[in-house]
Amino acid sequence: MSWALPKEVEEKVDSLVGRYPQPRSAVVMVLHALQEHFGCISPEAIEWTARKLGLRPINVLELVTFYPMFRREPFGRFHLRICRTLSCALAGSHQLHRHICERLGLNPEKPGPQTSADGLFTVEFVECLASCGTAPVIMCNETQHEQMTIEQVDKLLDECRCKCRTERQGGLAAEHGFEP
Amino acid sequence: MPSERHLILKNIRKPGYSTDIECYLRHGGYQALRKALALQPVAQPDGTAIGPKEQIRREVEISGLRGRGGAGFSCGMKWSLVDRKSGKPIYLVCNADESEPGTFKDRQIIHRDPHQLIEGMIIACYANDVHLAFIYIRGEFIEGARILERALEEARAAGFLGRNILGTGYDLDIYIHRGAGAYICGEETGLIESLEGKRPYPRIKPPYFPAVLGLYQCPTIVNNVETLCAVKHIVDMGGAEYARLGTPDNTGTRLVCISGHVKRPGCYEIEVGKVTFRDLIFDEAFGGGLHDARQLKAIIPGGVSAKVFRAGEKVRVTKRAADGKMFETEMDVLDLPYDFTSVSAAGSMSGSGAIIVLDDSADMVEVLANISEFFAHESCGQCTPCREGSLWMAKILRRLAKGNGQPADLALLLSVADQIPGGRTICAFGEACSWPVQSLLVKFGDEFRAKVQATADKRPDRAFAEVQ
Amino acid sequence: MKQSQQSNDPLASPPGMISVTVDGRTVLVPRTMPDWQGRQVPTTMLQACELAGVTVPHYCYHPKLPVAGNCRMCLVEYGVPALGPDRKPVRQPDGSLVIKKSPRPAIACATPVSPGMEIYTSTPTVKLMRQSVLEFLLINHPLDCPICDQAGECKLQEYSVEYGRASSRFAETKVHKNKQIDLGPRIMLDQERCILCSRCIRFTRDVVGDDALGIINRGSYSAIAAYPGTTFDNNYTLNTADICPVGALTSKDFRFQMRVWFLKETMSLCASCGTGCNIVIGSRENCIYRFTPRQNDAVNSCWMCDYGRLNYRWIERTDRLTRPGGSKLTSPDWEDAINGIAAALKKAVPGHIAIVASARLTNEELYLVRRLAQFLGAPTDCVPRSGPADNLLLCADRNPNTKGAQLLGIAASPPGVNLPVFARLIRNGTIRSLLVFGEDVTRHGITADDLARLDFLAASDIHTNGTTAVSHYFLPGCAHVEKRGSFTNVHGRIQRFEKAVDPPGLARPELHWLRELVCRVTGQSMGGTVESVFEAMRAEVPAFRNIAWADLGDHGVATHG
Ligand SMILES: Cc1cc2nc3c(=O)[nH]c(=O)nc-3n(C[C@H](O)[C@H](O)[C@H](O)COP(=O)(O)O)c2cc1C
Ligand code: SF4
Ligand code: SF4
Ligand code: SF4
Ligand code: FES
Ligand code: FES
Repeated sequence: MSWALPKEVEEKVDSLVGRYPQPRSAVVMVLHALQEHFGCISPEAIEWTARKLGLRPINVLELVTFYPMFRREPFGRFHLRICRTLSCALAGSHQLHRHICERLGLNPEKPGPQTSADGLFTVEFVECLASCGTAPVIMCNETQHEQMTIEQVDKLLDECRCKCRTERQGGLAAEHGFEP
Repeated sequence: MPSERHLILKNIRKPGYSTDIECYLRHGGYQALRKALALQPVAQPDGTAIGPKEQIRREVEISGLRGRGGAGFSCGMKWSLVDRKSGKPIYLVCNADESEPGTFKDRQIIHRDPHQLIEGMIIACYANDVHLAFIYIRGEFIEGARILERALEEARAAGFLGRNILGTGYDLDIYIHRGAGAYICGEETGLIESLEGKRPYPRIKPPYFPAVLGLYQCPTIVNNVETLCAVKHIVDMGGAEYARLGTPDNTGTRLVCISGHVKRPGCYEIEVGKVTFRDLIFDEAFGGGLHDARQLKAIIPGGVSAKVFRAGEKVRVTKRAADGKMFETEMDVLDLPYDFTSVSAAGSMSGSGAIIVLDDSADMVEVLANISEFFAHESCGQCTPCREGSLWMAKILRRLAKGNGQPADLALLLSVADQIPGGRTICAFGEACSWPVQSLLVKFGDEFRAKVQATADKRPDRAFAEVQ
Repeated sequence: MKQSQQSNDPLASPPGMISVTVDGRTVLVPRTMPDWQGRQVPTTMLQACELAGVTVPHYCYHPKLPVAGNCRMCLVEYGVPALGPDRKPVRQPDGSLVIKKSPRPAIACATPVSPGMEIYTSTPTVKLMRQSVLEFLLINHPLDCPICDQAGECKLQEYSVEYGRASSRFAETKVHKNKQIDLGPRIMLDQERCILCSRCIRFTRDVVGDDALGIINRGSYSAIAAYPGTTFDNNYTLNTADICPVGALTSKDFRFQMRVWFLKETMSLCASCGTGCNIVIGSRENCIYRFTPRQNDAVNSCWMCDYGRLNYRWIERTDRLTRPGGSKLTSPDWEDAINGIAAALKKAVPGHIAIVASARLTNEELYLVRRLAQFLGAPTDCVPRSGPADNLLLCADRNPNTKGAQLLGIAASPPGVNLPVFARLIRNGTIRSLLVFGEDVTRHGITADDLARLDFLAASDIHTNGTTAVSHYFLPGCAHVEKRGSFTNVHGRIQRFEKAVDPPGLARPELHWLRELVCRVTGQSMGGTVESVFEAMRAEVPAFRNIAWADLGDHGVATHG
């Protein structure tokens, strides 16, 4: 089986489980840890989590399908979460979503996650990110970008592309053993 | 001149203030905790003594502190309902789910002054004999969770957490528990289920009152981030002193989140009831007024769950005169003081302290469709009226907003909204999803009627065909 | 307070009782009642209403499952005695209580009653609340009742007629889900028909201990599911089809077989193990369509196992014995057969004859065997049957009446120990005659060669078997669904069952021909009904003393065994 968990992730999981009087409580935290490591929650991850916590896989699947932050398919290198809710909508977040989708060749009518053809971006609408005072808000991976405008969005997309290019070169450099 | 009154935001607003523990300590951090832990039993005239923990609980009761999470329930009362005789452990959970749209106050504390929250929590835990507590933080606060994790480690290293805190023999651990994107995890019993690793289905009450049958069926206190910070200040200054801030039934200070069509959206700390909507929206110290040439259209006073106010609306409230007598008076909604009692007397709620301002550029059909889509997305789906009603309303509204409505839809929509709230659902989400529909449809009925009429005039057969 | 007032004062009930008023009718209800596990907990409004004769419609509530409170169908209005500033109840001048009506409704299934409470189950508000719950349940429902197996037993249909709205106001696109999910070997799921009451989840998790089902997705898109790649396959899965209030979970065995309203219902028992689960047999035109559990809290609660439920197809097997026969019988004639056997038995010498009788026979039948054995001086025994037990209902003893056979002295102790003895005694020539009722002894240690040594062999069974094939006389018997009688379960509870279908051909209930045989052989006379044999039995056998046939009722009674 190709699915294997590195020791340090399992250790992290163990320490998370140790926080709770009942192991089951750790399930969402464990799923976060696995998603962080693998990029998404695969059936193997669900089954492993269930075994780890003494649960049945359905108990875990119930949560994976409830919480929108868990994904069952890998996402793009950059995950753009655009706030859909009122304060951001009043400040133009729907126009931003449309703009991003159009730039990336995605369907602007679709609120759910969609990944660009080059696999670089996954774009989705999310509900209020609790930053309504700086609307409209977009999260790019774990970083929050506030008071976004079309221009800033374009800049953000360009920066992401640029970052990806250097990463690729860096990867290449690492592979071939020379300084980038 | 209305102005902010800083208690919770005091340090946050200082230039150069950072999240590390040294900075917090330099600004007087953990002094309240030391004070709390140093309390001695106080002898009573009848020979009995009041222990330190009970003293803290009494101070909180005297402070008049009302929960800042949404319901405005008395914190002292909540603590007094805890079953302390069950022999089971008592848990405390800090509700940092901050998911009521329009609300972004807990984020300020978590991101910029995490130790304030931790200190408040430790005191609350000590006062309630809690030895294990959790901070339930919404999943999207990835950075916030990291900041809190680090702060907790610092507090542990400094001896404020863990075994034998500051040599007093008191043990406490606090852990971060992250959510994963669900509004319903803010509802306290949904939160508890979620923390138990189950689907966050709110529990039926009776019998599952958290104070008796909460986390792991043990007595549990769930308090909002801001409430727990206030506890620190109450211990700091004394309950009576805290109660002198604000107004009699609405004591202390409160964080208000202003967003929408104002020039200066943001989070402001006010003395509760000492500032009006007018101040909050128009004063330079707060929202700073609307954008140029815009007219106020509506105020959502307490997160999107709250019933909307229409600009110019006259509200009737009961007030206490100087001589203590109650009297009823009518006023413009803008003159309404921002506090739990006044806003609810005026037919809505101040909820989580989130004010969303709408100017005349707002399309109310679109606004309501947006709100209803939020609720349809967030309904946990456990109980029938909310599960089915929330999506039904959102579907009708999206159709109206797209210009495919017809006049009969409005009555239907209102009737669907009327079939959900009033204790028919397991949790208050049922009310939350129907109140905006009920209030917007009634208060902005003309706009909705105009919208469907325009559709009907433009494409009579099409609009009819849609519903066939 | 005056004495007279106190007697009908709702706040002064006898100890352990509470006075509540349901739709204007005041009743005394116990302060506590059993919950789903039988623990005493505060009586709920729904239970109190039931006691007052008022049924509150409900979907998610089931008396044998933990309360979920999710369907909201059982919402009622209520009021409690108003309290004055002194925290004492306020009274009218005539002493009656002032009732303060709650502004919010409550779910009857989870809300405890309190002294003096008034419950209103049919106010316009309550009716509207029910109507709206029904409307909500139907908006995304496929409305495919004409092809639904549940039709006739569907609570959604039933309540819609009773409490619903005439026409649908829903004009949006419905949420679509999966309509044909193969949950396991015996259960199909239609997610669109499901009303998410969670009964199935709670049953398999909390009653069976197999946490196999869950709800995936959220909000209106929520759906019942098993984990992909797993099957819902415990021994109790079919109960979920029974308790599913709609047609979302259906039995593959019963699917599309028959509309339920055509079925004749017969009160019976499962005969597949010693537990003796109470069942209802659904049949039509002499054909059995299904077994469903019948509530008996002393035995099986509301459940039965899948093994027992599906163990009926053999009844219709084509190798049934349908007429008397055997090497000594020239024509398939009952009279000749009984005469032939009786004549042979009269010649049998005590000590040289033995009887094997099945522990699947009824108490009454085994009592007749006992009479015969006593008269002939014949040792007896049964054939034990066992299989794995579980911790819910299924017991290791797979005979329905081992206990009865023991109480009647037919079964040896432990059952079956005599069988090898019989085999030895046949081989050494001591046993010359053998009677076998309802078993194939060739599969239990007495070989066909052994049987060939006998001077006389008579046997009965339902199907042809190795013993009937070589017997001088064989008699066709009946499955328990084809006759009346009683079984005594492993815990000593005696329970009766009724006849659902006719036996095939000339087959007759064992009771009938055993009685004839007893009368013919012993010269005694005896009534021919189950009741009269039962009377004789209880007069003679201590374990059944003082138990009358009528006492057995629908749920049976404990014997003195
Ligand atoms: C649907 C719903 C969502 C809620 N969301 C939150 C939330 O995000 N944060 C919060 O503190 N309280 C929230 N609450 C209120 C909590 O249930 C609970 O009352 C609160 O955490 C208690 O804390 P307090 O007494 O300190 O206010 C929500 C309530 C409901 C009904
Ligand atoms: S009211 Fe809505 S959110 Fe609350 S339990 Fe019911 S379905 Fe879930
Ligand atoms: S499948 Fe049936 S029993 Fe299970 S939740 Fe749905 S309606 Fe209820
Ligand atoms: S437990 Fe025994 S009696 Fe009950 S249904 Fe199963 S086999 Fe039949
Ligand atoms: S509405 Fe976008 S952050 Fe709150
Ligand atoms: S029966 Fe479903 S809520 Fe009571």
